[in-house]
Amino acid sequence: MNVTININGKEYSDDVEPRLLLVHFIRENANLTGTHVGCDTTSCGACTVLVDGVPMKSCTMFAVQANGKSITTVEGLAQNGKLAPIQEGFHEKHGLQCGFCTPGMMLTSVAFLKKNPHPSEEEIRWAISGNLCRCTGYVNIVEAVQYAAEKMAEAQNG
Amino acid sequence: MIPAQFQYAAPASIPDAIALLKSNPDAKILSGGQSLIPLMKFRLAQPAMIVDLNNIGGLDYIREQGGWLKIGALARESELEDSALVREKYPLLYDTTLSVADPIVRNRATLAGNLAHADPANDHPATMLAYRAQVVATGTSGNRTIAIDDFFQGLFATALASDEILSEVQIPAPVARSGGAYFKMERKVGDFATAGVAVQLNLDASGKIEQIGIGLTNVGLQALRAKRSEDALRGEMPDAKWIERAAMFAQEDCEPNADLRGGVEYKRNLVRVLTMRAIEKAVARARGNG
Ligand SMILES: Cc1cc2nc3c(=O)[nH]c(=O)nc-3n(C[C@H](O)[C@H](O)[C@H](O)COP(=O)(O)OP(=O)(O)OC[C@H]3O[C@@H](n4cnc5c(N)ncnc54)[C@H](O)[C@@H]3O)c2cc1C
Ligand code: FES
Ligand code: FES
Repeated sequence: MNVTININGKEYSDDVEPRLLLVHFIRENANLTGTHVGCDTTSCGACTVLVDGVPMKSCTMFAVQANGKSITTVEGLAQNGKLAPIQEGFHEKHGLQCGFCTPGMMLTSVAFLKKNPHPSEEEIRWAISGNLCRCTGYVNIVEAVQYAAEKMAEAQNG
Repeated sequence: MIPAQFQYAAPASIPDAIALLKSNPDAKILSGGQSLIPLMKFRLAQPAMIVDLNNIGGLDYIREQGGWLKIGALARESELEDSALVREKYPLLYDTTLSVADPIVRNRATLAGNLAHADPANDHPATMLAYRAQVVATGTSGNRTIAIDDFFQGLFATALASDEILSEVQIPAPVARSGGAYFKMERKVGDFATAGVAVQLNLDASGKIEQIGIGLTNVGLQALRAKRSEDALRGEMPDAKWIERAAMFAQEDCEPNADLRGGVEYKRNLVRVLTMRAIEKAVARARGNG
């Protein structure tokens, strides 16, 4: 089947089998390898991307289902060579160690902060509860999200 | 993991979807895919055709009408979670939704899919039993309504024919002095229930329990109605003695299996404790202080 998927503002078209998972389209057809496959069983959230702005586990969706949709992956976060606030937060607050969970964590957080720009610590922990990290113990990830929230609020208030 | 090959169709209307199901008996409906796609990746399911409902417009409603809360087949768990109507008037449904899987799975998973899948570990079946809900099945000859007590027919089995779509879930709107609650024991976020208990009830003007529904999750081959517990409480004041008695009945009547989540004795005891907590919370909510 022919599909056209917009990823980070660029259109990718290909003839694919219906059984091709979205995560494989992103990694192998579009060559964007920042989206990771962790568990491959819908549990870990490493493969999380935004589909029309909503976080989804791309290992649990077929590429044909994303036909005509807009996807954001980790490669689409930085704008004009400048890190997005969430990326800056993970950098400043040491929100990663091996980095395997980080793309999914950041995309989940970006969508969450859009819905809830001033979250409590508990709300952040709840929001990222579908993304597993085997390294950090989450403390610095929560701080990274808080950093991004503050940074975005500052930008808004000029 | 790569699923087996299949043909893919994404019809734009329910009649088109039903026609495809009718002419392809090996076809499977795809809604959120949060149960079906993992099964296909493990090749536990190898449908010849997938009929994807996601391109059908207008199926994601959550609205009250004619004494029912009506939920369309494509309403996502996250939409139930974000609905003020659900949060304020249907606390049992709200509790249940929050306990399903994790926030990302909930962005995609549907209530209809959760019921149609009929996994005894799914959380919504017990809740629908407690609500005395009903579902609308749409097939070649139109709509039929199925009472929830007739819907679940054993492990992964329902009353739906292979060319029928579960198009709507209907939950009775709460009467005065109603309350409900869902209590689930899970080992971690995203895990299925070790056991779960759903309670929906209403009190009469004197404070006695008038109607009550109790459903049990993952302690049998399908979601169970705790009938003896319901009967014990109907017409009684919800005091500790009666609640303990009802909880004891639920402990005796459930049918858990031993697995990695625990042994039979542990699960039975868990059902007793969760039943007490769920009834107490439901009563508190019915009194307006939950
Ligand atoms: C990591 C993880 C954790 C989970 N934890 C929980 C949990 O804690 N509690 C819980 O309850 N569930 C849990 N689930 C399961 C999942 O959330 C539900 O089973 C899901 O809601 C099913 O809905 P769906 O829309 O994704 O259905 P799908 O996966 O699309 O379909 C499931 C089945 O139902 C059929 N079907 C779907 N829609 C219809 C319809 N409208 N009419 C007729 N048949 C239909 C399909 O053909 C298929 O057989 C978990 C899943 C994952 C991946
Ligand atoms: S790889 Fe998709 S959830 Fe783990
Ligand atoms: S940083 Fe290694 S898994 Fe999160």
